[in-house]
Amino acid sequence: MGELRLMKGNEALAEAAIRAGMDAYFGYPITPQSEVLEYLTREAYNRTGCTILQAESEVASINMVYGAAGAGARVMTSSSSPGISLMQEGISYIAGAELPCLLVNINRGGPGLGTIQPSQGDYFQSVKGGGHGDYRLIVLAPATVQEMADFVQEGWELADKYRNPVLILADGALGQMMEKVELRKQVDRNAHTSPEWATTGKTKDRDRNIITSLFIKPEEMEQVNLQLQAKYRKIEEAETRVQEINTEDADFIIVAYGLSARIGRKVMEQLRVAGIKVGLIRPITLWPYPYEAVSRAADHVKGFLSLELNAGQMVEDVRLAVNGRCPVGHYGRMGGIIPSPEEVVDVIKTMYSKL
Amino acid sequence: MQEIEHHYDEMNIICERPAALLDTRMHYCPGCGHGVAHRILMEAVEELGIQEQTIGVAPVGCSVFAYHYMNVDMQEAAHGRATAVATGIKRCYPDKYVFTYQGDGDLAAIGTGETVHTVNRGENVLIVFINNAIYGMTGGQMAPTTLVSQKTSTTPYGREVPFMGNPLKITELLAQLPGAFYVTRQAVNTPANVRKAKKALLNGLKWQALKKGTCFVEIVSNCPTNWGMKPVESNKWLEENMLPYYPLGDMKVPSKEELENG
Repeated sequence: MGELRLMKGNEALAEAAIRAGMDAYFGYPITPQSEVLEYLTREAYNRTGCTILQAESEVASINMVYGAAGAGARVMTSSSSPGISLMQEGISYIAGAELPCLLVNINRGGPGLGTIQPSQGDYFQSVKGGGHGDYRLIVLAPATVQEMADFVQEGWELADKYRNPVLILADGALGQMMEKVELRKQVDRNAHTSPEWATTGKTKDRDRNIITSLFIKPEEMEQVNLQLQAKYRKIEEAETRVQEINTEDADFIIVAYGLSARIGRKVMEQLRVAGIKVGLIRPITLWPYPYEAVSRAADHVKGFLSLELNAGQMVEDVRLAVNGRCPVGHYGRMGGIIPSPEEVVDVIKTMYSKL
Repeated sequence: MQEIEHHYDEMNIICERPAALLDTRMHYCPGCGHGVAHRILMEAVEELGIQEQTIGVAPVGCSVFAYHYMNVDMQEAAHGRATAVATGIKRCYPDKYVFTYQGDGDLAAIGTGETVHTVNRGENVLIVFINNAIYGMTGGQMAPTTLVSQKTSTTPYGREVPFMGNPLKITELLAQLPGAFYVTRQAVNTPANVRKAKKALLNGLKWQALKKGTCFVEIVSNCPTNWGMKPVESNKWLEENMLPYYPLGDMKVPSKEELENG
């Protein structure tokens, strides 16, 4: 068993980053994730000698990530919704240049300046693009403080494996809440060596390395896009992750991720006591999305409810998977309000009675 | 890139292409200063013997393909973000030589924030700033450095201060920052100026090893195509119009003590 601690989600994530052998973090404070930068500036350099830099803006920090990732470093940034919006330009470049790095969005309410309270309003931005061009991020959605920590190292491993940016998408509550967390052992930073494609200085035995997403000739640009799409198909085949609870005998399925999934689980338990066989599908990867698990369930249930902290975003993916075979509803609260299990129970009872 | 056929008598060679500059045909317009600036920068890399330790950052704009010509590891940055990218590289590899190569639109417009903060932090990188007072690649629009009354495609009646503001002397501004170690303005319009510009680039690269702050070399250059002039005519215009507003010379030089106690 690893070391046990009681930690905030943001701090558990930062501690996990240090232990995963991070080389560099570039970021900018924004509520509700400022503890990540604060924790790292307090702890990281003294323990492993890694670079921690508070940039002048989110735009600068994501481009610092680009530079460090291009040079082969294990690098990360974190922010919250308006800050992530500012980073979209850089994220598109990073995806286009196929650079591995870890991004963290502790989602708060929007649009615009919005609120500092928890939200899942950045689902579209995270899984459907966000920046310009045809690209995908691998999006991991933790539901516990333990997963906030675990997904850091796993995220970097996925990023390195596919030369693709990985996004940890959690809402503000997960960043702020405290839970027990089991921490992994410290990885030696030297264990992570720069890959051969990185810009570390052109030695005599190799041609120069160029990091770019610029391909002026249309034929070349199309080929690059086709290669990216082929990579994305591989990721879809190999890395789709989902948690299914009580789905085998279910008559009704709640689909929810992150904090919503925790509420969904409680709702499921209450409805089962009330005699409605409810199951829960929790997407762990929001991209690639677990369409297959939802589709499988659609063969034998009467209906679905997508439970989200937004106006209805992931529900579009649930509907894609269900493809009209049964009704798909959505329930969500916005503005930082977290629905109670009781109100969701009522929503499902009403919906179920009409099926 | 296109291979070049060479026709020369090897016995008569008095000056060779630096190995750090690739033997490819450049895409720049005839008479443009980028080719010269590329060459002297890579000559400096070669003379310092740092080709294997050098990582460059290319901008967006006319010199977007700088990495096709410079035989060092390079990264292509988003418009204006080159100094942030350079910061990311340098912070992870503090003993490497890192430079950015940027035009006026890239550095002094969309990238002003990144540029100011990089210099203010005193990042130990070399920033090479090519100022030709116009946006080249996008077709000759107004740059922050466009002169008063200068005609461009977006100032067809000449730049008017009440509407478009003043030409930005970004180099003078940066020289005020405590993180700046060496700030100079040079030009590539005459052989004598080219030699001085090369010396500045040599210093800017060499002094990175001291880790005492940012080296910033502005190079005033020409844009015959978008200025609508022949190359020789453009160099004359540069001298008569740009240099009075952008005077050449050092704005901040390290003291003898700073250099000796490195």
